[in-house]
Amino acid sequence: MTATIELPAQVEMKKTREGFGRALVDVGSKNPRLVVLVGDLMESTMVHFFAEKYPERFIQVGIAEQNMTGIAAGLAAMGKIPFLATYGAFASCRAADQIRVSVAYSNLNVKIAGAHGGISVGPDGATHQAMEEISIIRSIPNMSIVVPCDYWETYRATVAAIEHEGPVYLRFGREDVPVVTGPDTPFTFGKGEVFAEGKDLTIIACGVMVYEALRAREALAGRGVSARVVNLHTPKPLDRELIVRCARETGAIVTAEEHQVNGGLGGAVAEAVVQGHPVPMELVAVHDRFGQSGKPAELMDAFGLRARDIEAAADRVLARKRGR
Amino acid sequence: MSSKTLSPAGLDAHARGRLKWPADRLREMALVIRRDIITLLQKSQTGHSGGPLSSTDFGTALFFNEMSIDPRDPAWPERDFWHFSIGHVTPVIYSLMAERGYFPLKDLMKFRAFDGHAQGHPSRHDTPGIEVSAGSLGQGLSVCCGVAKAARMDNHPRRIYCVMGDGEQQEGQIWEASMFAAHYKLDNLCGILDYNRKQIDGDVQDIMGIAPLGDKWRAFGWHVIDCKGHDMEDILRAFAEARAHRGSPSLVLAHTVMGQGVSFMADDFRWHGKPPKPEQGEKALQELGTSYAEWSARLLAN
Repeated sequence: MTATIELPAQVEMKKTREGFGRALVDVGSKNPRLVVLVGDLMESTMVHFFAEKYPERFIQVGIAEQNMTGIAAGLAAMGKIPFLATYGAFASCRAADQIRVSVAYSNLNVKIAGAHGGISVGPDGATHQAMEEISIIRSIPNMSIVVPCDYWETYRATVAAIEHEGPVYLRFGREDVPVVTGPDTPFTFGKGEVFAEGKDLTIIACGVMVYEALRAREALAGRGVSARVVNLHTPKPLDRELIVRCARETGAIVTAEEHQVNGGLGGAVAEAVVQGHPVPMELVAVHDRFGQSGKPAELMDAFGLRARDIEAAADRVLARKRGR
Repeated sequence: MSSKTLSPAGLDAHARGRLKWPADRLREMALVIRRDIITLLQKSQTGHSGGPLSSTDFGTALFFNEMSIDPRDPAWPERDFWHFSIGHVTPVIYSLMAERGYFPLKDLMKFRAFDGHAQGHPSRHDTPGIEVSAGSLGQGLSVCCGVAKAARMDNHPRRIYCVMGDGEQQEGQIWEASMFAAHYKLDNLCGILDYNRKQIDGDVQDIMGIAPLGDKWRAFGWHVIDCKGHDMEDILRAFAEARAHRGSPSLVLAHTVMGQGVSFMADDFRWHGKPPKPEQGEKALQELGTSYAEWSARLLAN
């Protein structure tokens, strides 16, 4: 599906986690099965909106993410739709075994919100900058993972995760990020969206890197390069059909993610490309290193997660495409 | 007791609801369960012997007296919820389930087999009646806390039973869940701790001391009920006390013996994780008043 996103010069900035918190309240009013759990991070994860409105369906678990994941499994076994919230570092890494055994092996309808994903978490430093979630979660059978790009998409992804039958991990960030979609932008669980057409290469991104990809497209257009931009918000289940179509139609792919390069979105796309229609690829990501403290903007610069990094990757992939 | 005399009893063993069998009948069934355990292990030649035998008596009391369940409709909305956090004791779990009527007895003869449903550790995906998979120790009490909290939210009277091991008490998540259950005063939750004092590598106190267990659970806010884990009357007394207790979750601390019921397995940690060889199985079944030929025929015929 093509949405065609045009960026204004000055974009509105808003927190993805607020989209999550608002969606919980709205779904909660219609769906009595929704239960929200938190591990001592009510305001950070913005589940406090839900807690104020529906205290009888809200569970404070304290600082115990492994326990919280198991409790969610038990709630789901009884027909509830539990959505647990904590920082992504703890939701994915600390509770990985609980996700694997209590949740995924039983295929229970548990939703996991991993807030504070990516280097843009900033001053808290490496322990709190989750950048392994896509790799961990997509390697576990039955699990799905969604990485929305902005406030509105996080809202829609939250609604879609609750509607989806089966365990879902939802990854979003901490900071205000550019709003690139609107309340009516299409969103289908497991299906990528072509946000801008192009014919020379395809930039496939998720999360805040979708904005950077759209800016890179503008810069490339100024040099006569036509880049397609795909928002692949669901690394799993992967939209292989769209990926292979982009490989076939544009002949080159750049992926962009605020996540470790090993096993992330780029890895997932590469798996589809090599099996479906091999073309040159470049992966913009964090290259096998831990984060550090700093301002979000300077970290995005330092870790090579900007539009100019995508543009440089586009030049490299186009050179390889021409050299074939 | 021959296999034939069990048939009439076998029928009402499958009934919906709480069976409330008396102690003498439970003792008969516990013997049947022990025969099942040894027979399926002798057939599979893989799996755990020690823990299943120490859990047999309170397990039998749970399935044939205490819990209200419907084996033919495992998702019966009125059911009590049970979960073995010690997933490795599948020989006793599957034997209890089969004798209660969740699936045919012959399925026990495909324990851990590629063409059976009875996985080495319990799997919701494979076995009807397994509600949540288990196998990684320490996770089950959290699951049961979630079930107990859901019952509270729905104002549902179901009771929730979670079987734990003593070695498992070394997992930190157990204590996270213990704290949660007491904090939310989940008196619909009953933990059963199989205190057989053995784990794979040796005596629990030598490997990583967990004593004093009763004091620890009391300090975490639970109502602790000590019981003789192979004395059926005492087990029933403990479950009745747990059912009557209000204001906090209860822990039945079942003092048991690993390998109980088979002389050469009893109280020996080396029987934690291995099955009897054919000649050992034959000897064990002889002690239990049957033979492999007789008991495997009974299982395969039902």
